[in-house]
Amino acid sequence: IDFPHLKPSAFSTGEQSTPFAKITAYANFYEFGTDKSDPQRYAQTLTTRPWSVQVVGEVEKPGVIDMEEILRKFTLEERIYRLRCVEGWSMVIPWVGLPLSELIKRFQPTSKAKYVQFSSLLDPKQMPGQEDRFLNWPYTEGLRIDEAMHPLTILSVGLYGRVLPHENGAPLRLVVPWKYGFKSIKSIVKMRFMEQEPLTSWIEAEPRAYGFYANVNPTVPHPRWSQKKERRIGEFFKRNTLMFNGYAEQVSSLYTDMDLRKYY
Amino acid sequence: MPLIFLIVGLVTEHLGANPAEMIIHETGQWALRLLMLTLSITPLVQITGWSILTVRYNLRRLLGLYAFFYASLHLLSYLLLEQNFAWQEIMDDILTHPALDIGWLAFILMIPLAMTSYPQLAHQLSRRRWQQLHQLIYLISISAIIHFGWLAQAKVDVREPLIYAAILLMLLLLRYPPVIRRLAHKNVTFSKE
Repeated sequence: IDFPHLKPSAFSTGEQSTPFAKITAYANFYEFGTDKSDPQRYAQTLTTRPWSVQVVGEVEKPGVIDMEEILRKFTLEERIYRLRCVEGWSMVIPWVGLPLSELIKRFQPTSKAKYVQFSSLLDPKQMPGQEDRFLNWPYTEGLRIDEAMHPLTILSVGLYGRVLPHENGAPLRLVVPWKYGFKSIKSIVKMRFMEQEPLTSWIEAEPRAYGFYANVNPTVPHPRWSQKKERRIGEFFKRNTLMFNGYAEQVSSLYTDMDLRKYY
Repeated sequence: MPLIFLIVGLVTEHLGANPAEMIIHETGQWALRLLMLTLSITPLVQITGWSILTVRYNLRRLLGLYAFFYASLHLLSYLLLEQNFAWQEIMDDILTHPALDIGWLAFILMIPLAMTSYPQLAHQLSRRRWQQLHQLIYLISISAIIHFGWLAQAKVDVREPLIYAAILLMLLLLRYPPVIRRLAHKNVTFSKE
């Protein structure tokens, strides 16, 4: 156990966690290949130290924060969250992390900071999947500032009380539990605060299928399949998908007066 | 054989973290592989002169029926594991997702071919009509590859479906008379088909 004294969280679900072996064996991390088993096989080449995150754009105090500093200065919590992939499967994962808002506050976003863009590491030597140009590397994602500051949104540094395995986005990844999994960008090296909505890798790849919000929503289908159901890893039959992945009570107020069919 | 692997894998929990998905994908892939194998028999016999494969063992019919068998398992696993036989949602899927429709098309077109693979039913047709009907295998193969490619596009990685498309293209090329005349074994005559 790498993190023995984790603060429990009221946001954690009481549902049964997906076994560690399945969380690590079944992952989308295209930097290491498009097969679900590729990340576990190939991500061991990733070097996670030294590691730092650069913070730029609309902030009073732009700068760089080192991974060791993140681990030292913030109180780590256990957050047991549901994760719903846009492909129609789901897991329950006991993350170790810190609220993203805590980190953002240190850099003091300006009044122009309406959005934040995240970038993953770009290094085809360590990430052989980047040789294939399916996506425009580095992988980028984004959140609206109120989504980034929401108490459910965390930066994860581990799972099951251990350091985050390479295949799950080491050493630092985003977790936004009410959005499809691809929003929860892995191996983050950069955060840019912006006035305009940032472009993301998946919007660039297929704008009709992947939108900026990507909120889990059983009533809005993907162009090629329905989103009404999901298969919880470890279960054989599908179960119904919940609005905002079951976090509607906490987050639906972020989207009042928004047409979620248009802003998918 | 692939079916036995799937059953043993399921029982011994060797199908990975998402066995239901594995079953759906593998049965579909095997249907496609067997379709390609079925299409490869005629050029193989023409090039090698091993007519025993078609005349004595009727390998083409056997492989075609296996392709239909795996396509049926693929469809059944979709209906059961994806939809749990909820007909309303299956209808919804048909109405909204053309990538699935083209899979249905391929399957439905396979039914008359499988049926007329049995002598009792085949005799209802003249040899010429039977051959015309079985030309549908080209349309079936193209549909199946589009179905696969369209769904694989989710991963923005379409290399695998492109490989199938290249194989199909090669098999079609081997049916082009100038090509086959150059390659054919000297003992093979074309009148027999």
